[in-house]
Amino acid sequence: MTDPNTIVTSSGHRGLDLAEPLIFELDSPGRCGVDLPPAPAVENRLGGLERQAPIGLPGLSEPQVVRHFVRLSRNNFAIDAGLYPLGSCTMKHNPRLNEKVARLPGFADIHPMQPMETVQGALELIDTLADWLLTLTGMPAIAMSPAAGAHGELCGLMTIRAALEARGDGGDAREVVLVPTSAHGTNPATAAICGYRIEQIPADDRGRVDLAALKEKLGPHVAAIMLTNPNTCGLFENEIVEIAEAVHAAGAYFYCDGANFNAIVGKVRPGDLGIDCMHLNLHKTFSTPHGGGGPGSGPVVLAEALAPYAPLPMVVRNADGLELVENAFESSIGRLKGFHGQMGMFVRALSFILSHGADGLRQASEDAVLNANYIMAQLQDLFSLPFPGPCMHEVLFDDSFLKDSGVTTLDFAKAMIDEGFHPMTMYFPLVVSGAMLIEPTESESKASLDQFIASMRHLGERAVSGDAEFFAGAPYLAPYRRLDETQAARKPVLRWHGGAGEAEAAE
Amino acid sequence: MSAIYFSEDHEWIQVEGDIGTCGITEFAQEQLGDIVYVELPDPGRGVAQNDEIAVVESVKAASEIYAPVSGEVTESNEDVADDPAKVNADAMGDGWFFKIRLSDPRELENLMEKAAYDALVAGQS
Repeated sequence: MTDPNTIVTSSGHRGLDLAEPLIFELDSPGRCGVDLPPAPAVENRLGGLERQAPIGLPGLSEPQVVRHFVRLSRNNFAIDAGLYPLGSCTMKHNPRLNEKVARLPGFADIHPMQPMETVQGALELIDTLADWLLTLTGMPAIAMSPAAGAHGELCGLMTIRAALEARGDGGDAREVVLVPTSAHGTNPATAAICGYRIEQIPADDRGRVDLAALKEKLGPHVAAIMLTNPNTCGLFENEIVEIAEAVHAAGAYFYCDGANFNAIVGKVRPGDLGIDCMHLNLHKTFSTPHGGGGPGSGPVVLAEALAPYAPLPMVVRNADGLELVENAFESSIGRLKGFHGQMGMFVRALSFILSHGADGLRQASEDAVLNANYIMAQLQDLFSLPFPGPCMHEVLFDDSFLKDSGVTTLDFAKAMIDEGFHPMTMYFPLVVSGAMLIEPTESESKASLDQFIASMRHLGERAVSGDAEFFAGAPYLAPYRRLDETQAARKPVLRWHGGAGEAEAAE
Repeated sequence: MSAIYFSEDHEWIQVEGDIGTCGITEFAQEQLGDIVYVELPDPGRGVAQNDEIAVVESVKAASEIYAPVSGEVTESNEDVADDPAKVNADAMGDGWFFKIRLSDPRELENLMEKAAYDALVAGQS
């Protein structure tokens, strides 16, 4: 019998899995999808700045273009295709109801510069969503405009800086922001861009912030702490109330990174824990598309002390209805974004919230945590847990179970592609060696988790049995085999320069 | 013979006179994996011991490099900036990062000699 893996096709296609070249390689000069009349002769007024050579776009017919992109799209892996356990990213299902609502002409076709009285519905939607977010977080104020998580962090730290300056404690007085070693990279990046020096807080042997080390680092030079809860090890910072008290006693502010809010919605109100501000990733917790699928949205909830510094514009209710206030108060840090946030994401997030209700949101969080713990329970005898469970919404393994096997976390992740899964997050957080961070979200059924667990166990057993050569070659069944990530980073080829000698030309 | 000292953060410094040549250790390059980018300090920059001074990025992670001693940067290794693979190939030699004029040689006492560093690494690998 013919071994299917040895079949070489003359087309390069593998059955209906179609090989596709770059669009430039399909170029047929002069070919075009439409017939345009020749451009009329006009007087050249470009003063010598006119283009000297053809623009270099490939010539293709419409069906060629359609096939090109459809074929490429078949190489995509997406949450709509299968389990996407990318830890720290909350790749949950995007309900189609959200999409339907976001496409209603009243939401989809409005313009941010329309007269206020013609967009009362949109303003009311923003106001209603804001109200839900305030209720879920137990906080008094909110800034809706930040465009993504990191933008929300920037908003939060700018309000903190403004509050410190207002009380005469700004400038060089408080120049340090404390960040745990397990933090998302955006936390220290945000603090640095706001002009702060970063000091790291070590983790204790439970994978949580070392409270004693934190207290030692606190002082009159500290502006804020940035802490994710649950943290990036998938663990709840159970000393968060003491942390908040210590931070406030030192005169600093508490920025909570809400990236992992999906673990605690309806269970814990961060406001009750003593935080001063927190961003919410609508694109994660509230199911708006992300990961190349759409813009993010990162509203920031604020404590009373920071509310006067919130960015503009903001939605305010007055006698004439709702108003988008552009110049309410001088203490505001000003405008962070061209218009008032990501309207399409607001619609999707509110659609998710209203279709779930308070009880449904709570259950979604419970299911997300249950799913992660189920994976942990089913794998912990074979894989290695750096910190004992239970975990929250994601489970973290390290690579100590692979010690002396010759298999790395990267090899293991590549082999997961052959099993038909998007790999887990690798090598993050940095606090453990060879991290594998798995976040199933509430979207997965038990059957789908069992299938994932079976693949993990199959590969885990193969790895510890010493089959390093198999892993070094993976993936075998993907449209492309192992790509040279090192070379791609060291000598990236970012532009098509036409034909032979491509790599050299791009350097 | 010039002495080599090591930091807990896996930097090394080889001192000749008042000039120290600094880089990351063999253990560090091995842990980082293929290094794809190195950001080096400009000559003339003054730093205090344990200040961030350079950045190294691998396929796995980006890491800060800390100054093993206080002083003024006298030279950066442009070859490493152009070809970061040199750090993987020869971390303790051609893969050096920068040279620094020591402002206080007594700070070397805060660093480890080879035997102590090897013992530290043996405990981490």
